[in-house]
Amino acid sequence: MRASDLSREPELVLGKLQEGRGSVAIVGAAESDRVGKQPDKSALMLHAEGARNALADAGLSVSDVDAVMSTGRQTANEVPEYLGIRPRYLDNTQMGGCSFIAQLQHAMVVINAGVAEVVLITHGESGRSRVGMGARTVPSDSLGGQFEAPFGVGGPATRYTLAATRHMHEYGTTKDQLAEVAVATRKWATLNPRAAMRDPITIDDVKSSRMIAWPFNLLDCCLVTDGGGALVVTSAERARDMRQKPVYVLGTGEATHHNLISQMPRFHVWDAAVQAGQSAWEMSGATPADIDLAMLYDAFTIVPILALEALGFCESGEGGAFVEGQRTAPGGALPMNTNGGGLSYTHSGIMGCISSSRR
Amino acid sequence: MPDPYEAPLPKPTPETRPYWDALRKHELHLQRCGACNEAYFYPRNFCPNCLSSDVAWFQASGRGRLHTFTIVHVTGPNPVLPVPYVLAMIELEEGPCLMSNLVGVEPDPSSLWCEMLVQIEYADVTEECTLARFRPVEGA
Repeated sequence: MRASDLSREPELVLGKLQEGRGSVAIVGAAESDRVGKQPDKSALMLHAEGARNALADAGLSVSDVDAVMSTGRQTANEVPEYLGIRPRYLDNTQMGGCSFIAQLQHAMVVINAGVAEVVLITHGESGRSRVGMGARTVPSDSLGGQFEAPFGVGGPATRYTLAATRHMHEYGTTKDQLAEVAVATRKWATLNPRAAMRDPITIDDVKSSRMIAWPFNLLDCCLVTDGGGALVVTSAERARDMRQKPVYVLGTGEATHHNLISQMPRFHVWDAAVQAGQSAWEMSGATPADIDLAMLYDAFTIVPILALEALGFCESGEGGAFVEGQRTAPGGALPMNTNGGGLSYTHSGIMGCISSSRR
Repeated sequence: MPDPYEAPLPKPTPETRPYWDALRKHELHLQRCGACNEAYFYPRNFCPNCLSSDVAWFQASGRGRLHTFTIVHVTGPNPVLPVPYVLAMIELEEGPCLMSNLVGVEPDPSSLWCEMLVQIEYADVTEECTLARFRPVEGA
């Protein structure tokens, strides 16, 4: 890229990608046979179950797959070997839970570049049973090992809380508003027979559940489960002849602003989601007002609130008020995480976008 | 404090060694860029703001504010720290933010607030390692 290109306006940099609207489609989507507690299956097997089920859903076989995109505790090249696929393109992008939805954009890019025609994206994680996952260690000479681990950064609850506390300080967001998300999501889970947690809960139930890390009680935190899933993506042209009604991809976006939580530029604003959202809105031509259903990552109750603000469903600082009155529950103005989300359906650690496609 | 100390210990790399060596002498050293004048953290031998190599170490005051925090009651299976403990982001008065623990205060949300004034406390957790912890400034 020439130096002069770097100073161009962002919408022009998006340029070519913006033409991707509707150019590819999801033609197969599936989860592992079961989700929840599965001590009899390794993480890699959960990838494979998702892949086999998604290919069957699409009516395709392993020989049709040109590109494999995956990541997790395994590297992406373990997946095609396990499944007997010989892809000509491999993508191991590891950016945590959003890796797989980012790979949907990568699939669009490689399909439109003519590098691949059928892309298989897989996820699998034995988050609860920890089978085939290896040890959970942070190298002591890594940046996280030096500048975070000695102070007790443990599970994700020790990270997202830092955003929640600052959001509460900046905007007056309350514990009740956080709990609204958990209560609404649980209502959706009562409608999903595969959901792990299906008993209705109240705001008081959330606030009186065990304290995990202030300001999160247990019911502010997602589940930890075992599960896998996969997507099959192809060109819009080929999708027209496939078994399933294609789910066209109208807009995508990705961004990364930090790796360590201690390097998050602003704790009360999800700046990377703002950037990724702008890309997806520009490509699709849609606005928040066009959206009938939102699937927003809910590792913790604060996360969809940050996302609603970042994506423009409400103004910065108004996410807490936005979710009040069960606005995201069944019957609310904006149905959100309608499978029961990571909070009540399933969350294997790094979660895919499979359920959204299935719906 | 568990004895022996069981929480994770940092292992310096060549780029971060001066930071850790300074802490052992009970001094907080940061780097500042000579080209753009930004102070930054964590240590590296160039400026993350402008990529200049014209960077130099300086001694920071050890004073700052509590930017955000969590009070951890439940940790994962690996030994971390005795619970409950306060995991804190400290905004140093020179600008950079660093992660630390807040000590010398009740680990209770009613005793803690964002922007409270804090000062460094050097914790010699082993013979080789000193950590920068922070405590509220008295009377602030």
